Amino acid sequence: MNAPRPALTRRRRRLYLLGAAAVVLALAATLILNSFKDSLVFFYSPSDIATRADIPRDRLIRIGGLVEKGSIIRAGSEIRFTVTDTAHNLRVVYRGILPDLFREGQGVVAQGSLKAGGGETVFEAREVLAKHDETYMPREVADAIKKSGQWKPDEAGTK
Amino acid sequence: MIAETGHFALILAALIAAFQCVLPLAGAARGDQRLMDSGRTAAVAQFLFITVAFFSLMHAYVVSDFSVANVVQNSHSAKPMLYKIAGVWGNHEGSMVLWVLILALFGAAIAVFGRNLPHELRARVLAVQGMIGLAFLLFILATSNPFLRVDPAPMDGRGLNPILQDPGLAFHPPFLYLGYVGFSVAFAFAVAALIEGRVDAAWARWVRPWTLAAWCALTLGIALGSWWAYYELGWGGFWFWDPVENASFMPWLAGTALLHSAIVVEKRDALKSWTILLAILTFILAMMGTFLVRSGVLTSVHTFATDPGRGLFILALLLIAAVGSLGLYAWRAPGLRTGGVFAPISREGGLVLNNLLLATATATVLLGTLYPLLLEALDAGKVSVGAPYYNLTFVPIMAPLIVAMGIGPMLAWKRGDLPGVLARLRIAAIVTGIVICGAILLNDGPLMAVLGVGLACWLFMGALSELAERIRLFRIPLRESLRRLAHLPPAAIGMTVAHVSMAVIVLGITASAAWQSERVLVMAPGDGVDLAGYRVTLDRVEKVPGPNYTAERAAMSVTRKGNVVTVLRPEKRAFVTPPQTTTEAAIHTTWLADIYAVIGDPVAPKAGEGGKAGWTVRLYHNPLVPWIWIGAVIMVVGGLISLADRRHRVGAPARKTRSAETPAAGAA
Repeated sequence: MNAPRPALTRRRRRLYLLGAAAVVLALAATLILNSFKDSLVFFYSPSDIATRADIPRDRLIRIGGLVEKGSIIRAGSEIRFTVTDTAHNLRVVYRGILPDLFREGQGVVAQGSLKAGGGETVFEAREVLAKHDETYMPREVADAIKKSGQWKPDEAGTK
Repeated sequence: MIAETGHFALILAALIAAFQCVLPLAGAARGDQRLMDSGRTAAVAQFLFITVAFFSLMHAYVVSDFSVANVVQNSHSAKPMLYKIAGVWGNHEGSMVLWVLILALFGAAIAVFGRNLPHELRARVLAVQGMIGLAFLLFILATSNPFLRVDPAPMDGRGLNPILQDPGLAFHPPFLYLGYVGFSVAFAFAVAALIEGRVDAAWARWVRPWTLAAWCALTLGIALGSWWAYYELGWGGFWFWDPVENASFMPWLAGTALLHSAIVVEKRDALKSWTILLAILTFILAMMGTFLVRSGVLTSVHTFATDPGRGLFILALLLIAAVGSLGLYAWRAPGLRTGGVFAPISREGGLVLNNLLLATATATVLLGTLYPLLLEALDAGKVSVGAPYYNLTFVPIMAPLIVAMGIGPMLAWKRGDLPGVLARLRIAAIVTGIVICGAILLNDGPLMAVLGVGLACWLFMGALSELAERIRLFRIPLRESLRRLAHLPPAAIGMTVAHVSMAVIVLGITASAAWQSERVLVMAPGDGVDLAGYRVTLDRVEKVPGPNYTAERAAMSVTRKGNVVTVLRPEKRAFVTPPQTTTEAAIHTTWLADIYAVIGDPVAPKAGEGGKAGWTVRLYHNPLVPWIWIGAVIMVVGGLISLADRRHRVGAPARKTRSAETPAAGAA
């Protein structure tokens, strides 16, 4: 084996390393920026949806609030219910099996998109998320209710 | 009384840990053998006291001592014994005690088994372990004491969250913690080496078995968690890119990088500074995982009811550890002697690429996990980052890594011969080409599936080619090849096994993601539905009593071309304490696919709308999904085989004496 000149080789090795690192990082940054454009899912409260005009239809978003008491209607595998932040309400349609912790008066977060049909905005949920812990309220829901000025911590049962 | 004993033992352990951070360090600086040895005694004593505390808490759970607040909140007298015991770590306070118990276990193991370590290094490692131990013991005592009493004691407890009452979850946290906390050893070794100012091949040989053991445990812990999520949550999926899942996945990625970079330090005395940095970052990521899970700053399906005070405490610990260790790194790392040189195309080069890609992958996961927090802190709206982000970032970074995994192990150290290696991989390339063509013809899912199948095949064939090359299969008589196989170092076999397991996992993930079939519908008894070539019929639904719940259990017969395959019995369980229902999916596995059934709520017929009565039912056909967990188990087996290598025995290697180097740096 011929002995390499260490100083030069070391500098060159460092150069190769930096070059490779730069390429990988640039690639990753491109991927991330590209995907952020389309894959970020924004969260809105029922009040946001009722009062703001800039919320896109037919785009994946999350909504959250409390499931209004007495609002759950089942028709076949389709379930309709109303999500409220106590200031405004939003009608939600979902097909499928609701999570175990889904209950009237409890916090819920749903992912799906808004559909404008028949004058009323309906949220078509693709996923309904509830929490493992029955005393836990999704933070977004708590914030949404706080914002609407109806926050009663004891009643809501968060710790 | 026993609870007070546990509390007292925990306080004593904290005091001992306080001595353990100072005395051995002073001893190592002054060359005082007695002070250095005090670290070993302290580590063992700390472990014993925490063991006492842990078993005191377990005793309170086993006998259902409802004068202890923690037991009241998380247990119930009617709970099966396994879950009374698992309830100890099924809650925040108890799980932190388990955390420090495992930490102290590792500390004691270094003290007892690290006989051949240089005394200064061992003393410093134990001191760093003592610091971590002290920090977390103070955290427990100050904010999360599991031994607090309630007076008067209630008649019964509130019960453990029923969804956690499951064998998969009973063992998931201990393994996860073994992994998380195991990386503290690599961290302690890294910090000790920085204090000492010396990193060499022997150092890497000492660090590797600990890292490998921690990595195996973490792999198993993550696999158990995802398996649990798969069969318990009833969503038919196994990974949700949930922040808390990411929290365990990031240390795994960084730990995997660390395993590989430590090889370069051991074999070639290069990449030392980077390896130290990785060891530090891996443990910081593990601590951050604890912070994210415990503080509730992230919205996740896993968060326990939380207390902001705790989050602040852990955040402070995290900052001290990060600033302290990275500051030490910035100060001392430039002084490390740089090691051997290598060409870009070489085994070292391959491992550098592995590290680059794994580190970038870790960074993308970190960004995706923390981005919602960042945006919220800037008041720029609330977002969640889900699977689409990771599919677009993480997957494209892993794909070249898997291509490189097929080539890297065949490259020679120092300077590799890429054309030669590619020539030796031609069979792998041909087979991969054929498989890709087959996949294109047969695939009815997304194009990504073809890529996944191709990658898995390439990796599988590449790993086998490397093994065949090592034993010169078909080039020398078979008997001679087998003799070579028997004499291969376990570490080499472990690597092949682990790389093959990765191929199995990639195939499982690809197939289950691309070719899953799903049906959601309302079924009445007697109704049938077709699912991926099977016919599923709901026979009946009946009420069944369980030990601490009542269940609605369905019987669904599954037939294929008229032959009965199995009867699935999914359940919906209603618990009394706490009042909660859980879904128990029924899964029939053929090892090539799972048939997965979940029963939901009963549906009443709607007057006038023509709806029918029955139950909401969700059915999945998940191809190759069991391979993900089989692959994970094979991966752990590969790690254990490597661990069995004699070169990695903790005590075995001795540091080569170098006359030029003096440990004077330790006095700094």
